[in-house]
Amino acid sequence: MRDYIIKRLILLIPTLLGITIITFFIIQLAPGNPVERKLQLDEGIKSEAITKEIVEETKRLYGLDKPIYVRYGIWLKQIVTLDFGRSYKDHRPVIDKIAERLPITITLNVISIIIIYLTAIPIGVYAAVRHGSAGERTSTFVLFILYSIPSFWMAMILIFFLGGGEYWNVFPVYGILSPGAENYPLPEKAADFLWHIVLPVFCLSYGSLAYLSRFQKGSLLEVLREDYVRTATAKGLPRSKVILKHALRNALIPIITILAGILPAMIGGSVIIETIFSIPGIGQLGFESVLARDYPMIMAIATISAFLTLIGILISDLVYVLVDPRISFEGRS
Amino acid sequence: MTKTKSVGYWGSVWRKFKKDRLAFSALIVILLLLFIAVFESFLAGNKPIVLKYEGHYYFPVVFRYPEFFGRDFKELDKKLGPGDFAIFPPVRYSPTENDLMSILNPPSGEHPFGTDDRGRDVLARMIYGARISLSIGFIAVGISAVIGIMLGGIAGYYGGTTDFIVSRLFEVMMTFPVFFLILTILAFRDPSIYNIMIVIGATSWTGVARLIRGEFLKLRKFEYVEAAVALGGNDFRVMMKHMLPNALAPVLVDSTFGIAGAILVESGLSFLGFGVPPPDPSWGDVLSQSQRYVDFAWWLVLFPGAAIFLTVTAFNLLGEGFRNSIDPKFTGNE
Repeated sequence: MRDYIIKRLILLIPTLLGITIITFFIIQLAPGNPVERKLQLDEGIKSEAITKEIVEETKRLYGLDKPIYVRYGIWLKQIVTLDFGRSYKDHRPVIDKIAERLPITITLNVISIIIIYLTAIPIGVYAAVRHGSAGERTSTFVLFILYSIPSFWMAMILIFFLGGGEYWNVFPVYGILSPGAENYPLPEKAADFLWHIVLPVFCLSYGSLAYLSRFQKGSLLEVLREDYVRTATAKGLPRSKVILKHALRNALIPIITILAGILPAMIGGSVIIETIFSIPGIGQLGFESVLARDYPMIMAIATISAFLTLIGILISDLVYVLVDPRISFEGRS
Repeated sequence: MTKTKSVGYWGSVWRKFKKDRLAFSALIVILLLLFIAVFESFLAGNKPIVLKYEGHYYFPVVFRYPEFFGRDFKELDKKLGPGDFAIFPPVRYSPTENDLMSILNPPSGEHPFGTDDRGRDVLARMIYGARISLSIGFIAVGISAVIGIMLGGIAGYYGGTTDFIVSRLFEVMMTFPVFFLILTILAFRDPSIYNIMIVIGATSWTGVARLIRGEFLKLRKFEYVEAAVALGGNDFRVMMKHMLPNALAPVLVDSTFGIAGAILVESGLSFLGFGVPPPDPSWGDVLSQSQRYVDFAWWLVLFPGAAIFLTVTAFNLLGEGFRNSIDPKFTGNE
């Protein structure tokens, strides 16, 4: 197993290189350079007023005067030591800014994933077992509708009705803690945090939840047609035991691999949801960096989120191997 | 004896599809949306469709007339002489027409969907937004289908090392935080409607590519393909003429879902302010305005969101219907 993990970790390298090369070239070859933008933002000078010397000097300062492949080489050399450079915006090290924000996004997404799995699997099982009943058809239809509702629309609707406009003021819609909550004792602080993330976590999870429970239903329906399930029923096992012990175990396997597919979508969703709810996570940071053309920040966020996605895929592959004895570590690469 | 004509593969797919009531109604919704998109300027606008003025007929929606240049047709409407008339579109506002006297009006007889923060008619903006959303959906998916068919075809047809290299490229694309990538590209290029189409198309081809690769790997071993190669057909001809038609059905399913996805991405981009540049109307743009007035302006939340939702649902249902009628083996899995 150790060899397998090492091999997989080595295989991450070409993929990560590919992702960084694409991102690097897209942002570096684009028109509109960050030097002019920064000077405008910093000093409020108009574009014409920036003398050529200042531009050239600032470019040298940030290393933007060298050819692009040299810059990529330099960048790559630095990130091996986890040095992502400094943000163009406030000169703070990129890695510090990300370290502040990443835990929030990871917490939100992990909570969402747990909720997704804990609800999608029972719903899927129910839908497969009661296939064709009125209850099943209603739940399938509701899930289909949920799947098609854009998350930002859902967020706006929830804010409108539950966030204290003309209707109820049930949930806070701004940030992750109430003002002054930093000094609360831990249990109250945790409660305050949980209260704040109800709406964002819901918006992050319902789409994947709908998708996953449909998938679970399909996979269990398929397994229920297998011969060994009929055998289990024929030898007189109660239906609950047939389903939970014999069928569900095998039907869960494809559900695990789906995690790899929903991770990139969840990171994309974080950008919108964190921006709407003003959550100081990596999605909001990414959005702000794109607006400010903060090259080192954008590169770092793209690299780190791709890395996290790859780790997520690796974990789901490992779990896959663990739960399915038919697959061995050696057989897969 | 009467000969019964064989319906063929696509004929039998169509027969099966027609029986699926939900998918069929989705198709009708989509046709309706296409109708709105094509005839938007007959449905909303401040120019009359037909105008009889001083004995002459004019069609200001279709043609430009120098004699009416810069003239307000609404003023003209009040001064029409006897025998003259003007037939206006049902919604009498253009999507870009500001009216500072009626900012953020709730829905009323005058503005059935209300007005936005520049006094523009929301219904007119939604009608014109249909064309933008649908064209981005169709063209982006067209681009991604072409890229996906080419790359997937090459990987599946040649196999071996070529397949290995192209598959690594799939992997890179699939692990990319695509929405962030699209946002980055659009932030650095000007966010025109064409750039949005190209960027969405260029980042969403992995589904089609994987399908085609799988099908081609399978078809490559079929005898009729071997025969086509043996008869001297070049690679391109064998792929496009003999293999592709047999692999097209799943691509159609995937592309239908792809249109829904592309429309969703476009409206998300517009919502964040990276979509179609103002003042062009887009559903996501109307919805994004609601962020500033969320405590009261419910019409800015409800209508554009419902339009996006309806369109996305229709395409998803259509895709579902295609999938069920194309292959009995698809049972809602995947």
